[in-house]
Amino acid sequence: MQAVSGGYNYKKITDYTTYNPVTHNSKNMSGNMNLTLKVWRQKNSQAAGKFVTYKAEGISPDMSFLEMLDVVNESLTLKGDEPIHFDHDCREGICGMCSLYINGRPHGPKKAITTCQLHMRSFSDGETITIEPWRSAAFPVVKDLATDRSAFDRIQQAGGYISVNTGGVPDANEIPIPKVIADEAFNSATCIGCGACVAACKNASAMLFVSAKVSQLGMLPQGQPERYSRVQSMVAQMDAEGFGNCTNTGACEAECPKEITLTNISRMNNDYFSAKLFREEHAHDQNGD
Amino acid sequence: MSLDAKIPQGPLAEKWSKHKFNLKLVNPANKRKYDIIVVGTGLAGASAAASLAELGYNVKSFCFQDSPRRAHSIAAQGGINAAKNYRNDGDSVYRLFYDTIKGGDYRSREGNVYRLAEVSVNIIDQCVAQGVPFAREYGGLLDNRSFGGAQVSRTFYARGQTGQQLLLGAYSALNRQIHLGKVKMYTRTEMLDLVVIDGQAKGIVTRNLKTGEIDTHEGHAVLLCTGGYGNVFYLSTNAIGSNVTAAWRAHKRGAFFANPCYTQIHPTCIPVTGDHQSKLTLMSESLRNDGRVWAPKTVETAEKLRKKQISAAEVKEEDRDYFLERKYPSFGNLVPRDVASRNAKEMVDEGRGVGGSGFAVFLDFADAIKRLGEDTVRAKYGNLFDMYYQITDENPYKQPMRIYPAVHYTMGGLWVDYNLSTNVPGLYALGECNFSDHGANRLGASALMQGLADGYFVIPYTLGDYLATIGPKPVDKNHQAFEQAKQDAIAHINKLLALKGTKTVSEYHRDLGHIMWEYCGMARTEEGLTKAKGLIQQLKADFWTNAIVTGENEEINAALERAGRVADFIELGELMVTDALMRRESCGGHFRLESQTPEGEALRNDDEFAFVAAWEYKGENQPEQLNKEELVFENVKLTQRSYK
Ligand SMILES: Cc1cc2nc3c(=O)[nH]c(=O)nc-3n(C[C@H](O)[C@H](O)[C@H](O)COP(=O)(O)OP(=O)(O)OC[C@H]3O[C@@H](n4cnc5c(N)ncnc54)[C@H](O)[C@@H]3O)c2cc1C
Ligand code: SF4
Ligand code: FES
Repeated sequence: MQAVSGGYNYKKITDYTTYNPVTHNSKNMSGNMNLTLKVWRQKNSQAAGKFVTYKAEGISPDMSFLEMLDVVNESLTLKGDEPIHFDHDCREGICGMCSLYINGRPHGPKKAITTCQLHMRSFSDGETITIEPWRSAAFPVVKDLATDRSAFDRIQQAGGYISVNTGGVPDANEIPIPKVIADEAFNSATCIGCGACVAACKNASAMLFVSAKVSQLGMLPQGQPERYSRVQSMVAQMDAEGFGNCTNTGACEAECPKEITLTNISRMNNDYFSAKLFREEHAHDQNGD
Repeated sequence: MSLDAKIPQGPLAEKWSKHKFNLKLVNPANKRKYDIIVVGTGLAGASAAASLAELGYNVKSFCFQDSPRRAHSIAAQGGINAAKNYRNDGDSVYRLFYDTIKGGDYRSREGNVYRLAEVSVNIIDQCVAQGVPFAREYGGLLDNRSFGGAQVSRTFYARGQTGQQLLLGAYSALNRQIHLGKVKMYTRTEMLDLVVIDGQAKGIVTRNLKTGEIDTHEGHAVLLCTGGYGNVFYLSTNAIGSNVTAAWRAHKRGAFFANPCYTQIHPTCIPVTGDHQSKLTLMSESLRNDGRVWAPKTVETAEKLRKKQISAAEVKEEDRDYFLERKYPSFGNLVPRDVASRNAKEMVDEGRGVGGSGFAVFLDFADAIKRLGEDTVRAKYGNLFDMYYQITDENPYKQPMRIYPAVHYTMGGLWVDYNLSTNVPGLYALGECNFSDHGANRLGASALMQGLADGYFVIPYTLGDYLATIGPKPVDKNHQAFEQAKQDAIAHINKLLALKGTKTVSEYHRDLGHIMWEYCGMARTEEGLTKAKGLIQQLKADFWTNAIVTGENEEINAALERAGRVADFIELGELMVTDALMRRESCGGHFRLESQTPEGEALRNDDEFAFVAAWEYKGENQPEQLNKEELVFENVKLTQRSYK
């Protein structure tokens, strides 16, 4: 067996005086794909943006899409140029931070995954790939491919919770919940807040995102006391943020990396209209805060 | 300096309730006169910020991501422990306490661990009340699974996304307080330094990551909930942004750093494929409930597998070595992580590793699928199987997963006493950022438990005592310490931005990772560690002359952010190696080849090393000073850990 160090195919560094950064780790780096990237570059929210073309060479099909961008950024950095800025953190499809619009689709060509889970084996050698930020008035670009999605946080702050303080709550098993309900609430709760639904929608509607939280809490017994005030507060904030209306095109569901379904929107609409009927009784009746 | 852990006197089971009674309280009307800074919005930070705001304090909360919901806790997969004994399988607070002390190889405090086990039951109640959709049985009650190092089933879970669901619960509590105006949230804001006035923590220096603006914030207390430092190894299961900067800068301002060398290498991660790799992906420990770990019995079979001349399914039952089941019949595949990792490494070292590189063993679900059916397996682990498939392009329903250990968690961290206070009064550390409860090895599903215990159920009590002592007098924000700390931060940034050498910061980070993994990873020796120390010193000098940092301060500048973090990791790396050199024994995840039992298990030296090593910063390029907190065991007997 090849003598490589502790599980990683790295060469050992034995001495810094003879160490050459260029040749050191190059052996496993390269693959055989060459790509052309058309990337949206924009210095900040005020500046005008434009597409810039880059070559991505020696890309391995095992790289993730973001690792491919890392390679491009390394070479830009070595030239003293500014690397391409994009949001990312967990790189395993759960934090919701990554957000690229790839060849006209949020999170790229594959179904039910985020950009960070997309691998280069989904592309072919020689391909040209267009990379843009989410496009929506409610998500202004902050730099290059990163946008400001704080509108989503403000919608959650408006009512995406059950008003319980720490301590003084009943034993967990005192609230039995049928497994089917618990599972369905879980499905809604898996939304990662990435914003792909908004980016996919021609109206830039945030209904899928908002309805996921409304559904999760609205299905659970713990969520009943605030069920109707919650939906009203969240929808009001959604409207205030400038998201568009829902015209049932279903693009959000098709592009959602977590497969949040349109059923959530139906549930939210039901609750919202019930709430309107009972507005007097239910709206903002939680003086307990 | 003598270290007083302030563990209350009296019988184990009464310590916490007595202590709570003895702590001073802040009068409800006075609470709004106190400002509390909470850095971090993971499980520890979000739960602390929300709970303190509910009590009436004014909270300022900070995170470097674009939303508090994206803290790294979101990625936790498998579950959270609690001594509910809903299974009627013999669990109890005492058993969880005992398992945790033993799992940590007798290097944690009895008092802290008992309290953790005690409040674990409240956590589950709290989360359910918030609407966290834990897995349930058909009768509507909560379901459990088993995790390593335990023979009872006490782990609560939400499919493979427990961390996400718990964090979204804490995030919702935080949101409610933001809405009520009790928490002011600062996103895309990074803490760069701690402000200390007359020996007390009184504020922080931050950089607005969108504009580059350097600011100061004052508070009566500062809570660091900034997570672990596993990324010192470059490749780990942590999120890319996870870093040590807040804790490290606090260390340089006087806070002791405890047991830095205690790192956890998780046995079940997806193996490395090449140098382009930017992070490693965990396959949750819960998979060891149903997956069986094996390697081929002979090097010849392994060789054929590596060359893809045969497939795993073609290896006959009698040619497989289910090495964990063979060596540890009573715990089987569910031995603690350090034990499982070392055994996988042993297989690979013997030439019995599989996969293209030979750096992997199998985690096989064929039996589980036969026994339970594919649908049941999918319902339990579907998202993990999908994740595996996305990354490897191999279908784990059809062929066994290939797994290999990877850096996952750091048991070391800022030294704190029983009240979660560092040795700098007013500075607290919660969650993975502190060193407190896991000794030399953390059991699975216990980090989520500890983060939430600290934030929901410990700090709301212990912080009040300190605040009542110092009184509500406003912090003097014109004190020159604020301006001084701000100028120091600006100078540091300018020094980084002046670096226009020939090597990228990522390259330095990767090099540091190689050194750490090679010499301060799963097996450590006097010789290797000594060498590593020299290499890190060279690396540091080289970084500060030859790194490239592009761009400027007054804009979003990921290169600058990264450079600051890597510079701190390099310094931390040296301290880890120093700590590992000092600790001439093996314990838990710290395995010194010189100290092992005849069976190759970690051999402790309790006479000389039953202490917490708390390191004190002594200035640039000065050796750090070791302070010892002796560990006192009144309830458990120290024995050689056995999982046979
Ligand atoms: C892949 C994975 C799976 C896991 N699964 C489990 C599991 O199943 N069960 C279990 O018990 N444990 C698990 N763990 C461990 C557990 O998730 C972590 O230990 C825990 O979530 C840490 O929480 P925390 O609140 O301490 O920190 P984190 O969640 O890491 O939060 C850190 C916070 O600090 C902020 N921050 C950091 N530095 C700064 C700075 N300088 N300025 C401003 N803000 C800053 C960040 O923005 C973030 O908000 C897992 C870990 C990983 C990596
Ligand atoms: S609904 Fe889907 S697409 Fe929209 S934010 Fe949630 S996870 Fe992303
Ligand atoms: S980086 Fe976290 S979801 Fe993609």
